[in-house]
Amino acid sequence: MSDASHDSVQSGPLTTADGKPLKAALASAQAHRTRRAFYLVAPLLFFVVITFLMPIGQLLTKSVNNPAFYSWQDRDTGEKIPLMVDLRAWFDAHPAGTGPDEAAYAALVTGLVHAKEVKAQGQIGTRINYEVSGSRSLFTKTARKADKLEPPYKEAVLDVDKDWDDPKLWNSMRNASKAFTIDFYLSALDRTRDDSGNIIKADEERAVYILLFERTLVMSALITFITFLLGFPIAHLLATLPLRHSNLLMIFVLLPFWTSLLVRTTSWIVLLQSQGVVNDIWVSVGLISDENRLQMIYNQAGTIIAMTHILLPFMVLPLYSVMRPIDPSYVRAARSLGATSWTAFRRIYMPQTIPGIGAGGLLVFILAVGYYITPALVGGSTGQLISNLIAFHMQNSLNWSLAAALASLLLFAVLLLYWLYDRLIGIDNLKLG
Amino acid sequence: MTETADANVASFVEFRGVQKSYDGETLVVKDLNLKMPKGEFLTMLGPSGSGKTTCLMMLAGFETATHGEILLDDQPINNIPPHKRGIGMVFQNYALFPHMTVGENLSFPLEVRGMGKSEREEKVRRALDMVQMGSFAARRPAQLSGGQKQRIALARALVFEPKLVLMDEPLGALDKQLREHMQFEIKHLHESLGITVVYVTHDQSEALTMSDRVAVFNDGRIQQLAPPDELYERPQNAFVAGFIGENNKLEGRIEEIHDNKALVRLKTGELIDATPVNVTKVGQETLVSVRPERVEFKPEFFDKGAHTIEAEVLEFIYMGDTFRTRLRVAGHDDFVMKCRNMLGQRRLEPGEKIPISWHMQDARALEKNSAI
Repeated sequence: MSDASHDSVQSGPLTTADGKPLKAALASAQAHRTRRAFYLVAPLLFFVVITFLMPIGQLLTKSVNNPAFYSWQDRDTGEKIPLMVDLRAWFDAHPAGTGPDEAAYAALVTGLVHAKEVKAQGQIGTRINYEVSGSRSLFTKTARKADKLEPPYKEAVLDVDKDWDDPKLWNSMRNASKAFTIDFYLSALDRTRDDSGNIIKADEERAVYILLFERTLVMSALITFITFLLGFPIAHLLATLPLRHSNLLMIFVLLPFWTSLLVRTTSWIVLLQSQGVVNDIWVSVGLISDENRLQMIYNQAGTIIAMTHILLPFMVLPLYSVMRPIDPSYVRAARSLGATSWTAFRRIYMPQTIPGIGAGGLLVFILAVGYYITPALVGGSTGQLISNLIAFHMQNSLNWSLAAALASLLLFAVLLLYWLYDRLIGIDNLKLG
Repeated sequence: MTETADANVASFVEFRGVQKSYDGETLVVKDLNLKMPKGEFLTMLGPSGSGKTTCLMMLAGFETATHGEILLDDQPINNIPPHKRGIGMVFQNYALFPHMTVGENLSFPLEVRGMGKSEREEKVRRALDMVQMGSFAARRPAQLSGGQKQRIALARALVFEPKLVLMDEPLGALDKQLREHMQFEIKHLHESLGITVVYVTHDQSEALTMSDRVAVFNDGRIQQLAPPDELYERPQNAFVAGFIGENNKLEGRIEEIHDNKALVRLKTGELIDATPVNVTKVGQETLVSVRPERVEFKPEFFDKGAHTIEAEVLEFIYMGDTFRTRLRVAGHDDFVMKCRNMLGQRRLEPGEKIPISWHMQDARALEKNSAI
């Protein structure tokens, strides 16, 4: 190899025998393999983009952009029709806090007449109803009568319903006609705007979200901690028992995976309700009296018990996969070097399981933060989590933008946690299996 | 069991009638009796499953003896937990704590003994210097080569100055050259520190190289306990003869026996001379064992009056320092003769017929049914 002898004297980048830069030669030699590898992962990539990235993108867009007030999509043609054009123009021309004048009312009436023609008055009303309750009926009622209204429009509209005078309503319409708004995030954080558009705290009775976020995080942390306490010994047992015993135990650990979530959750109802199996047993052995049966379900306790059970395997499996390859000779070595069994565990065994603890903890916590079915079934009113509220806004109130904002906040919280984990423990230290 | 030499030795480690069973049906260690003086390097040698590692683990305290007593410095230690025994141990896979640096690994045994920081650092430094690894204190075990790990494991087992050091096949994972090098290093450490070492291996050359005495284990028993030269040259039974070094075995029947001389008639009718070891009667079935390097084919080196036996050369293998010749002798195809590669040494051709012989003391007539 004459090349090799030249390397030491050569300055500048390395080249191949025919003078091509070595890096370029390497890249072109590997291009074919890279392309082939890409074709292999392309279907998955496509799938992930369609089913994961796009919905998340939609969710994030939806949380800041809700066009229901100013755009109507025709059901048959799919054509997009702008709504409330004049009113939007009036909002653009007048700064926030300006009281509605005759021109504004005229624009409102024109808009409503047009909306009624394309049957969009319900959609517009619903959008404003998110912020000012009762607006939906106000809009449909006024739209019904709009084409018969005569100038001066202000009196005519106030004649139909004097609620139109409410500055909150106009503020809300002003916000709804903007293309982008952070108001859904404000609502999701229990904030609202006053009459002149300043951000203020929402009323006590409407402020539920921060409380629910807090509860969700605290309960998830608690559940993670309990699964860790329960899962660590199980995983250790699994990792150290002889194979034929550990296989059986492993089946017990995995059994919950093979049972329907609904069945598991409802069986907890059977067990824990006040006339249920557990209470019956306690009463029959005299542990508690018949009148003092414990309420263990339809509250936070129920949610914690059922979710701990359901999420336990997610803690056990990463721990097990980390513990299995830990050679028993480490602990033996520590013992022979003079450590008590507790010191050997604390100083030698435990630190080696940290990647598993981290992975299990992160996995359980993230799953718990977004858990829905179990709290919905056994949570009662005090055991509801933020996901139940997201579902409520998706299915009942149909305020998808607020649901999207809440979900985005949840997503950010998890990403923040992930970042913190990376800073504190290091993401390379994560071992899932 | 050979304990004749043990009886009057001041024992430091002693096994008294120790038995061990894992399943309650079979004994892994059957009636082990062993005395070891202070400062000795004793190797437990045997095939896997012979009970040698179990003995070591009982001594370390990781296994409990099912029956019998283990004494350390005249104190029974059966009920003393491992961390209070003060025994250093080197493991086969090194067992260096992966989440600690080399320095932290070494400092661990001192820390759990509550030693002060400056004293710890001093001892760690000295232990690292002892194994020529002084500059490696900040490394992690994963950044070390096999041989370096081995040295650190050794230093860690010695750093708290234990009375006794146990080594469980510590060189098993190293390549041949490094292994031989480490054998000498361990041997030298033993000599310079004056520690007592119990060493477990299945590698007989390792056992012979390093030990003061070797205990050959098989089937849960010590087959022979003797210094290496005695073990090699005077195996007590057919197992030891077969396990230690290479051996040619010839089956036959005792024709004559008196004092230290036996005449054996082989199955094919030839007569050979041998030293009786554990055969006593005329007519007894016997297995004569002869080391390949003690077989002679040049008539000028033959013992006067010794019987010779005809052999046919089957194969000649050049091995560098030796020539290895496979012969057909008395119907056996696997009789091996080894000669040194020296100036003028003749290379035998396959098919050649030669007479072979040996000195009577090099052929040992062993009881046949002791073969395993």
